Amino acid sequence: MAQLKSKVNPQSSDFTANAEHMRAQVDDLKDKLAQIKQGGGDKAQAKHTGRGKLLPRARIDALLDPGSAFLELSQLAAWDVYDDYVPAAGVIAGIGRVAGQECMVVANDATVKGGSYYPLTVKKHLRAQAIAEQNHLPCIYLVDSGGANLPRQDEVFPDREHFGRIFFNQANLSAQNIPQIAVVMGSCTAGGAYVPAMADESIIVREQGTIFLGGPPLVKAATGEIVTAEELGGADVHCRTSGVADHYAQNDHHALKLARQSIARLNRVKPVHCDLATPQPPRYKSEEIYGVVPKDTRQPYDVREIIARVVDASEFDEFKALFGTTLVCGFARIFGYPVGVVANNGILFGESAQKGAHFIELCAQRKIPLVFLQNITGFMVGRQYEAEGIAKHGAKMVTAVACARVPKFTVLIGGSFGAGNYGMCGRAYDPRFLFMWPNARISVMGGEQAAGVLAQVKRDQFEARGEKWSEAEETRFKQPIVDTYEHQGHPYYASARLWDDGVIDPADTRDVLGLAISASLNRPLEETRFGVFRM
Amino acid sequence: MFTKILIANRGEIACRIIRTARDLGIRTVAVYSDADRRALHVDMADEAVHIGPAPSRESYLQASKILAAAKQTGAEAIHPGYGFLSENADFSRACKAQSLVFIGPPAPAIEAMGSKAAAKTIMAAAKVPLVPGYHGADQAAAVLRQHADTMGYPVLLKATAGGGGKGMRQVWEAGEFEAALAAAKREAANSFGNDEMLVEKYLTQPRHVEIQVFCDRHGNAVYLFERDCSIQRRHQKVIEEAPAPGLSQELRAAMGEAAVRAARAIDYEGAGTVEFLLDRDGAFYFMEMNTRLQVEHPITEMITGQDLVAWQLRVAAGETLPLAQDQLRIHGHAFEARVYAEDPHNDFLPVTGPLLFLQPPDSSPHVRIDSGVRQGDEVSVYYDPMIAKLVVWDEDRDRARQRLAKALQEYRIGGLTTNLDFLYNLATCPPFRDAELDTGFIEKHHAVIFHDSRYDLGRDLPLAAVYLVLEQAQSAARNARASTDPWSPWHATDAWRLNEAHLHRFSLSLHEQQHDIAVEQLATGAGNRYLIRCGGGTYHAEGSLQGNTLRVTIDGYQTRATVAPHDDSFTLYTQDRALQFKRVTPDYGEDVEQGDGGGLTAPMNGTIVTLLAAAGSRVEKDDPLLVLEAMKMEHTIRAPGAGEVVEFYFQPGQLVDGGATLVDFKATVDE
Repeated sequence: MAQLKSKVNPQSSDFTANAEHMRAQVDDLKDKLAQIKQGGGDKAQAKHTGRGKLLPRARIDALLDPGSAFLELSQLAAWDVYDDYVPAAGVIAGIGRVAGQECMVVANDATVKGGSYYPLTVKKHLRAQAIAEQNHLPCIYLVDSGGANLPRQDEVFPDREHFGRIFFNQANLSAQNIPQIAVVMGSCTAGGAYVPAMADESIIVREQGTIFLGGPPLVKAATGEIVTAEELGGADVHCRTSGVADHYAQNDHHALKLARQSIARLNRVKPVHCDLATPQPPRYKSEEIYGVVPKDTRQPYDVREIIARVVDASEFDEFKALFGTTLVCGFARIFGYPVGVVANNGILFGESAQKGAHFIELCAQRKIPLVFLQNITGFMVGRQYEAEGIAKHGAKMVTAVACARVPKFTVLIGGSFGAGNYGMCGRAYDPRFLFMWPNARISVMGGEQAAGVLAQVKRDQFEARGEKWSEAEETRFKQPIVDTYEHQGHPYYASARLWDDGVIDPADTRDVLGLAISASLNRPLEETRFGVFRM
Repeated sequence: MFTKILIANRGEIACRIIRTARDLGIRTVAVYSDADRRALHVDMADEAVHIGPAPSRESYLQASKILAAAKQTGAEAIHPGYGFLSENADFSRACKAQSLVFIGPPAPAIEAMGSKAAAKTIMAAAKVPLVPGYHGADQAAAVLRQHADTMGYPVLLKATAGGGGKGMRQVWEAGEFEAALAAAKREAANSFGNDEMLVEKYLTQPRHVEIQVFCDRHGNAVYLFERDCSIQRRHQKVIEEAPAPGLSQELRAAMGEAAVRAARAIDYEGAGTVEFLLDRDGAFYFMEMNTRLQVEHPITEMITGQDLVAWQLRVAAGETLPLAQDQLRIHGHAFEARVYAEDPHNDFLPVTGPLLFLQPPDSSPHVRIDSGVRQGDEVSVYYDPMIAKLVVWDEDRDRARQRLAKALQEYRIGGLTTNLDFLYNLATCPPFRDAELDTGFIEKHHAVIFHDSRYDLGRDLPLAAVYLVLEQAQSAARNARASTDPWSPWHATDAWRLNEAHLHRFSLSLHEQQHDIAVEQLATGAGNRYLIRCGGGTYHAEGSLQGNTLRVTIDGYQTRATVAPHDDSFTLYTQDRALQFKRVTPDYGEDVEQGDGGGLTAPMNGTIVTLLAAAGSRVEKDDPLLVLEAMKMEHTIRAPGAGEVVEFYFQPGQLVDGGATLVDFKATVDE
């Protein structure tokens, strides 16, 4: 295999300045996440543990195999979205190993607003289920939630992708033999009661877990019956009498041990039918990515410098290296898994799009997972390009991306603007996972361009009315637009709304992709049928 | 010389005898019980005969079975080893009756020494010094007083009919005599209805010094010098040495000659040991004679260069002694430490279980290991829990003692508790170094021997932490190889987390103390690096684990340890200590789901003593159900809750294995 040779000098002042800039962004990310990991804060946590319950992250640690990785998803969910502080949207989701199998774990954080479901909590829970479905990952729900957030019922209850979809998914995941295990470690009221009830197997902790459609206050209001939560829906009721739960746990640790046992009995074998090789670390350090990415986002750089710091042994066999050079395509391995890499090296032209479509077809045919490294301002515009059919060439690439049934993984390493986002497997194209670097930006177009377009429209209106619009007024008009785009295109804004699966440290890209690719192989690789390519 | 002998013993002594027999070209026959089917001595022997169930009274003590085995295999002689039938005159006689040579003294010699009172009379006649005493019928206070004055104080007053310490008084000086006598007489009269007293010299700090003697049937007798066996606990020898420190040539000769006189007095033949109490003033007094090979005979072999088992075989075959007295010399100094499966911190209670890990120090001309077990063998409840005898030799006492300490450090046993640490503390404590020996040594120096200062949390915990992380990776690598996705990053055990530190958390207990440890994985792969937080300290560490060898660098200090993993614990053997860590598992609560039935199990191997409830009876929680005796202690098995005793699976007197279900117990289910 051809080996990439880095042309970057880690001793250069540019490199150092770039690295400092990136490190500051990574540090800011980690600071925010450190705060988010504190959940509902010391008081709420002390109250929680004081009841003999483990904190959600401790539950996950105890559930996972010793030393297992945990690929946490959407850590920034609901960050700065609501007036209420709802860190991680009150639910922790991620992939970890349990009894040797990659599982999707969804754990309510009862220290955050009682674990109640905000709209983004619902979205995060549904996204976790979607990942489980796409990658055939058994689901383990560590339930400790008061159910839907009542003041926001209109945003969590009635629509297709709202609360009810959780149970729709449970039924349909189960139907595909994607196991659904619920561990009731706190309350599970009303709609929430369906999580254990809809599960394949459910475990409940005595004197902690309760399952009921209506809690004691509602029962009293409705029928006058006075009953304790434990009498109404505790472990004894559900394990001995109702049969709503299957396994009786003494405490959190016991419940998690029982959950591990359930997973160990699933009789699943990971269907890996790939040409595997022994993984080799890249020749260049992952941390050097910090210095490779220019501080100034408009400054171009060779994306191969990134590839060299992500793929096994920095080995990369490029496809059509001399054609459509603004898109780099080629074969490599990540943790020994074969991958096709599609990476932007400038704006997309007709040739680049055709090359991309060709390469994606190749990978789909050969069942090679695809990795998209997205840094794209868009497709080329202008009379010549429109006349050459840039739209239909772009459409070919979009068709190829949309239809390819091999696992797709997208990392936003820079800009993600306009139709480039589509061709490079943006969120709408169902990549199995999509992650952003902290320096990335996402919007329909760049803030400057958007402000320019809007200013031009405005100027046209003024001029049509025969009025004057000063430069100063135009600048005043453009600035808020630029600011808004910058704010809304920021990874935190995107991640808070679950437009991605998380913001990652660029140095972790290889690890994250390796874990994600491996997890995706739990679902057998499928044949692809492409739509009509416009020729 | 014999062509084939049978060894009527087991364990290390059987192996020891087989080794010499082999050297002499003699074929060997082992005997074995059910428990020893795969024992080392059975493997080492040319032939082996099964002689019955595990309990020794049904196997190794069954003279008829052993004689039959000898007949069956055509053995010409029987070596009894020590213990079992070695001092059984009837057995010696039975051998003779069946034309088999008993490798040991003739029956009358065994019998003469079997009765302590008779032995004393014979010894007195042979002018072997006895502890001075007055056993006379004249009980006048003045007469008793006069005898006490003659033998010198302190003296001991004992009721002749006595026992259990009743009617016994120590008298430290003449002035106390009358009062003590009156009190002792009163007590004796009340207890036994007989106030007759005897007076004996009371030795305050005696040493136990014994003489190895050897006699042949041609009238030759020699002594192979002495062994000092003063280091004892409850009359069991712990560390023996030869020669006895500080013994003058004159005293050595005097004791040796007295021992030979003792042997001659009973027409002794073969190997024997005459035990003396040696008083501080150099006076020595006959205690008893052991008419067999002693456990601690190797130290005599080390200082004389002789093979005592070879001597025994020659004498038994009718040859003369290989050497005369003037040909015997003492060369250097030797120690023997008895390595036992026992818990020194729990009153030396014997411990049973599998020897999951056994790595003795390397043998050399300086270090000799006499053992009868291998890694994987079981120390069972049926026999003596001795694992090995560690014997060391060097030019002088101090060097030999250093060798002993080093060998004890290097001795690695995992899976059960041993006395190795205790022996090490003993061998290295100043009074032992200074040879301040007497039979009360262990009680007197309890504080220095039972200290636990040999561990350093700042070093030991990080070591354990690195091991845990590496062990986790090692076992994950094994699983990875067996998987359909062998190189998946999910096999890694580096506790990878997105955007946060990769932290391993462990809870370990060491010396009954729980420690929480956090290990941050700084780098994985070939250069595993960790930041360890435990016990209030922070340590940078690197390490690797190959097989059971752990190499760790903690803050620049490189060290190596051997690891012996067990189910939920592991032992780290560092250069100078053995650290037994227990993994602390989370509290899973009491499992009431399974608590509504099932049986109750034996905590360890033992014997059912008594049943305390009737089958079919109803009991309340904590009511006693039965008593099990194991390891010299009684264990009461109690009801786990209210319920019914359906059936007992064992009756009093029956042996049960640890873990065996004892009772069918049906708990009452609360509705």
